[in-house]
Amino acid sequence: MATLVSHPDEARVISKRFGQGATDIERYLQLDGYKAVQKALAMQPDDIINEVKNSGLRGRGGAGFSTGMKWSFVPKQSAKPKYVLCNGDESEPGTCKDRLIFEHDPHGVIEGAMIAALAVGSHTAYIYIRGEYRYLSVIMQKAIKDAYAKGFLGKNIFGSGYDLDVYWHGGAGAYEVGEESALMESLEGKRGIPRIRPPFPAVVGLWGGPTVINNAETLAAVPHIILGGADWYAKLGTPKNGGTRMFCLAGHLNKPGVYELPMGYNLKKMIYEVGGGIPNGRSLKAVVPGGSSTPILLPEEIDIPMDFDSVAKAGSMLGSGGVVVLDDTTCIVKFALRTIKFYQHESCGWCIPCREGTDWLKKTLTRFHAGAGVTKDIDNIYYLAENMLGKTFCPLGDAAAMPTMAFVKKFRKEFEDHLDGKPCPFEKTGTAVPVMA
Amino acid sequence: MKFSDEFEARFTEMLTHYPTRRSALVPTLLYAQDEVGNLSDEVIAELAQRLDLTELEVRNVISYYSMLTTKPRGKYNVQVCTNIACMLRGGEELLGHCKKKLGIGHKGTTPDGLFSLEEVECIGACSWAPAAQVNYDFHENLTSAKMDQILDEYKKKGTQ
Amino acid sequence: MGIEVPSFCYYPGLSLQGACRMCVVKIEKMPKLQTACTTTVTEGMIVATDSDEVRQARKAMVELLLGNHPLDCPVCDAGGECELQDMTFSYGAAESKYMEAKNHKEEQQWSPVVYFDRPRCILCYRCVRVCGEGMDVWALGVQNRGVSSIIAPNESDHLDCEECGMCIDICPVGALTSGAYRYKTRPWEMNHVGTICTHCGDGCKTTLGVRRCDTGAEIVRGDNRDKSGINNDFLCVKGRYAFDFAHHKERLTEPLVRKNGKLTPATWEEAFELIGKRLREVRDQDGGSAIGVIGSNRTTNEENYLLSKFARSVLKTNNVDHHRTADYPALAAALHGKPGKTASMRDVLNAPAILLIGNDPTNQHPLLAWQIRTNVRLRRAKLYVINAAPIKLRRQAAGFALVPAGAETKAVAFLAGDDSMLDQFVSETVTREAWLALREKIRGEQNMVIAFGSELRGHDIEALVNFASSLTGAKLISLGDYANSRGASEMGLYPDLLPGYEPVASADKFQKEWDSLPAETGLSLPQMAEAAKAGKLKALYVVGSNPIGRLGIDPFVFSKSFVVVQDMFLTETANIADVVLPAANAYEKTGTYTNTCGDLQLVKKAGEVSNTKPDFEMIVRIADAMGSDVSGLVPFGSGTHSDMGQTRGAQSGEADRHAVWLEAHNLEPKMTPFDPMAILDEIQRVVSGYDVSRVNLLAGNDQHLEIAESGASSIQPPELIVPAHDDLFSSGTLGRYSKTLNSVFENKTAVPEVAAD
Ligand SMILES: Cc1cc2nc3c(=O)[nH]c(=O)nc-3n(C[C@H](O)[C@H](O)[C@H](O)COP(=O)(O)O)c2cc1C
Ligand code: SF4
Ligand code: FES
Repeated sequence: MATLVSHPDEARVISKRFGQGATDIERYLQLDGYKAVQKALAMQPDDIINEVKNSGLRGRGGAGFSTGMKWSFVPKQSAKPKYVLCNGDESEPGTCKDRLIFEHDPHGVIEGAMIAALAVGSHTAYIYIRGEYRYLSVIMQKAIKDAYAKGFLGKNIFGSGYDLDVYWHGGAGAYEVGEESALMESLEGKRGIPRIRPPFPAVVGLWGGPTVINNAETLAAVPHIILGGADWYAKLGTPKNGGTRMFCLAGHLNKPGVYELPMGYNLKKMIYEVGGGIPNGRSLKAVVPGGSSTPILLPEEIDIPMDFDSVAKAGSMLGSGGVVVLDDTTCIVKFALRTIKFYQHESCGWCIPCREGTDWLKKTLTRFHAGAGVTKDIDNIYYLAENMLGKTFCPLGDAAAMPTMAFVKKFRKEFEDHLDGKPCPFEKTGTAVPVMA
Repeated sequence: MKFSDEFEARFTEMLTHYPTRRSALVPTLLYAQDEVGNLSDEVIAELAQRLDLTELEVRNVISYYSMLTTKPRGKYNVQVCTNIACMLRGGEELLGHCKKKLGIGHKGTTPDGLFSLEEVECIGACSWAPAAQVNYDFHENLTSAKMDQILDEYKKKGTQ
Repeated sequence: MGIEVPSFCYYPGLSLQGACRMCVVKIEKMPKLQTACTTTVTEGMIVATDSDEVRQARKAMVELLLGNHPLDCPVCDAGGECELQDMTFSYGAAESKYMEAKNHKEEQQWSPVVYFDRPRCILCYRCVRVCGEGMDVWALGVQNRGVSSIIAPNESDHLDCEECGMCIDICPVGALTSGAYRYKTRPWEMNHVGTICTHCGDGCKTTLGVRRCDTGAEIVRGDNRDKSGINNDFLCVKGRYAFDFAHHKERLTEPLVRKNGKLTPATWEEAFELIGKRLREVRDQDGGSAIGVIGSNRTTNEENYLLSKFARSVLKTNNVDHHRTADYPALAAALHGKPGKTASMRDVLNAPAILLIGNDPTNQHPLLAWQIRTNVRLRRAKLYVINAAPIKLRRQAAGFALVPAGAETKAVAFLAGDDSMLDQFVSETVTREAWLALREKIRGEQNMVIAFGSELRGHDIEALVNFASSLTGAKLISLGDYANSRGASEMGLYPDLLPGYEPVASADKFQKEWDSLPAETGLSLPQMAEAAKAGKLKALYVVGSNPIGRLGIDPFVFSKSFVVVQDMFLTETANIADVVLPAANAYEKTGTYTNTCGDLQLVKKAGEVSNTKPDFEMIVRIADAMGSDVSGLVPFGSGTHSDMGQTRGAQSGEADRHAVWLEAHNLEPKMTPFDPMAILDEIQRVVSGYDVSRVNLLAGNDQHLEIAESGASSIQPPELIVPAHDDLFSSGTLGRYSKTLNSVFENKTAVPEVAAD
């Protein structure tokens, strides 16, 4: 079970019930549980959608798309059943927040999914949890069972006349399955190959029915928005970036951990104050701001508010909230290699640029880091990444290409230092950092 | 082919969750693997038949997911994360340490069948890096010494 | 618009993949390049299919592919026909950016005919789709992921499938290669001849790759790359590989004459002289009725017509028959006065509904099955199946009714409104309500194609035609076996029917055309055997048929008859012959075939085995050896003008009908009696339904013919129809001598059948 941390700057909305035993349905009810869904039952679907729209809630899965907007794309009338699908496949390196939500507040996710279902007129929701999170599946299965036992789920929920089923579903190890269309394939019992879009899931999704897909954190925020109101939620963050966000601080930090901070919280402050700064007297080399697929930022680039638009302006992405901090002992070539190794391993293999591109990047970087690089490799690495960018079947190829281009652009000198058979200037990158209590 | 009552109960219930039978495939495969140890030809044939699929289709799916295996593994599958957050905090050294201690490499199994070792991608423990999973149990903020202790405990449990 | 957008994974008729990213185009107002294959064109969309950005993207794709692709083009079977090679030329990715070793993997043999070379595979998934979506076999899958992704066969290291080879054909590179062709030659070293498959009654067009060899010209490859003809790119295992019987070592290459009880090699002259002498003796001494003639389902229309004519006008016998596998005469009779009621093979692809009664097209009519599946898949046609077995096509069926064996005819009566048998049909799987609902649906269909097997014969066919006539626009197909069974039937290989189903009894037209012919009905094949047994059949002339082997006729009944057999192999029938003539097969001659639907197509000479002769030439030579006037048999030479028709029985003083006809059709008289086109001229002139466009025929196009309906209700004894029961891996005598078919078949039986679906 993951350790919880805290910091005075935190604004606890989603993590409000963390560490309070809210997996127990009775305890959850004491902590205002299932009030939001009852409130939503009394609202018009469009009003729910508007409330979520006005809250400025943007998808926490990575792309930051307006959640209320996404819901509004679902057709009102549909011959096929509509579905809500909670994306709990959390696999982006650097990201470990959905795990805490499932562990401490499973009912919060269920309630969020229920409200989403009410908003779009769906009667079935699935909560997809990655296979490695088996213990969370157990927690979730119990939570769902308890909710059914109380009559919160199933036929005629809360005596409202509305039928709503929520099921859990487990994965079996595949990052690509986190991509929304591959997620649906996986749920349908197939290989996690993304689907051709359009049609978009909101129109043709699971088993051909309109489907809303949201990240677990996104859905967990929804009950709070319904209860607390759109204005309150929006004001927690910055304009167009409502609310709070679970930031997963990792890497070379004194106090790594998952902190819930307001949207727009300053990145530098996040590293030095919330995260406790760089250990062992080392200095900061670079920061990955939003999970391994987001381009790396240099120390001089980190005095920025952490919201979707500001990070984009700084040339990177807020992504999934995984902030990974690198100190000056880190070899960027090694770091790039490890990042690419991941995407090479996780590429579904469907399209040429992603399948072949990640493999050649990995091969070239492996040789390069081993000291057998030649000058033209540096440009080749960039060329490869550039030719993948925007040309792959799904954004996994971009996720591999974007950070790679940034590594080469921002650390060309370090690549050059690896040339001519010179040993890696950083003999090792991993430092067993004493963990602060 | 015989599975446990618990498996059968879950399987029967799962089929009611979806409009198509094959939708239950991925989680079912993982649960079957947990019981049998690996997805043997027999398991594949059985599940294919139960879910109205060809064995080829089942194999296509199995080979896609990295947690699924058709080959037997050790009783305790030690999965060490070396992805970026863990790497920065000594994940690779930890993997190296496990290799030495267990005397096996990536995807290897000890001769007594107790342990197998795997280098894995991010397991969602980045803020508590370096981390490893033994079967489904998370072990976090690891050091070599802590890892030794953990492995010893499993060894004790496994040989009792 | 004629703009070509490159692609690997796109394939017409198969599902979209968007996987190869070669077809990227620039669309205005879209930030990223888009794949053309998955983009629906909308009004006002501005698309650039070629620009620096687009070219660079495509070039990068080719570079990436070549990074791991072996550059073994010089030894690759696909060399010269490789889409990756073509792309490399177009987008110039000659320089390799990568220094690492390529992934190597040994080639695998998945079946006697399918080889897989993994490193060459570019993962376009065409094979997976054509096998699954196209063939409904689903024997190929994709395993692993990322760069380890690999195409995998259904039985872990080999294939259990229909062996159609569509996967090989559709593979854009040399990853899937054919066991029959690999390493034999290169595309540019072959001659390519477009002709028709010799196996089943569907008449697929095929392009044969032919190479010179010691004994003539060897066929080394069969495919339909140019997608012409009724079958588009489809061929089944037989069409694609089973041409190898032509070069089987047991192929007869010299005439054999029985001397001292043993078949002994002889010269052609010796053989023809002997045959001519003996046949003339029998005819002149015992009368034509002492001679029997058995024709073939695999010889051309011209040969069949010639044989029919030779038998009646030279041998003076109506004892003419062939191995009947479908009751075409009954259909012709039932359709009297109902023109336009037969469907072509192309109709099957476009009909909004198809009713299949009996037969198992997957095995017996592979192309028909393909057409049905394609139509159901791409055009949502409704398929209804009534069958005594759970045939594979039921998986495409909107309605499937299992009937007791032999009850197909009752099912027809039920469809027509007779409910008396309904109770017998009701079963656990098909309830009373389901039957009634099925009937309602079938009756409601418009422009339906009704294909029926040999389960329906004689009056059953009449009943079916009557039912079909009660529907709007329904058309029929009678399913017979072998490549030219319909042709054999229409060219009059019957004891009581002449070409065009003209009854012998009222044969005024042919009395005129053929000078004279015996008036009384002849003997059917079993009757000939009876007559021989009774010592009344003194001679038997068998052309390309094996009644002893295929129909189980006792060989000893012919021990006192003089037997002449023309064939490729020493079949059971050839074995008892007094003279055996080595025949050329349909891949080695020219003529026309009529498929089971009535689509006429041109057969062209591709291969050659020296010292064999086409049946056509042999018939003419025998007529000549009998002292008969060859120009009366084959209308050739300028004599057709000068003799004013005397030799062809024109009334004295009347102008030569044939010459007049030729002139009217802008045709020249043919110069040699061995030219089958000369007989085609006559067929076109005299056989109803066969007056086709010559230009179209010569261009290699198919033409659907009306069934020649003479109006005579010739109901044939049903027991004379003996279906071949061939399946995908057997093909009568030809199949027995096809090494590839045999190896595929043995491979099948060696593998335990996995419980299918
Ligand atoms: C390769 C790839 C992996 C992804 N993995 C995840 C994931 O693990 N969890 C997640 O919530 N979203 C993931 N996403 C984003 C989803 O596609 C989708 O945008 C998201 O679930 C939508 O939810 P949201 O709008 O609430 O963010 C991934 C996207 C890509 C391209
Ligand atoms: S379907 Fe019939 S005609 Fe076509 S290739 Fe096969 S055997 Fe030949
Ligand atoms: S990087 Fe190791 S758990 Fe995320």
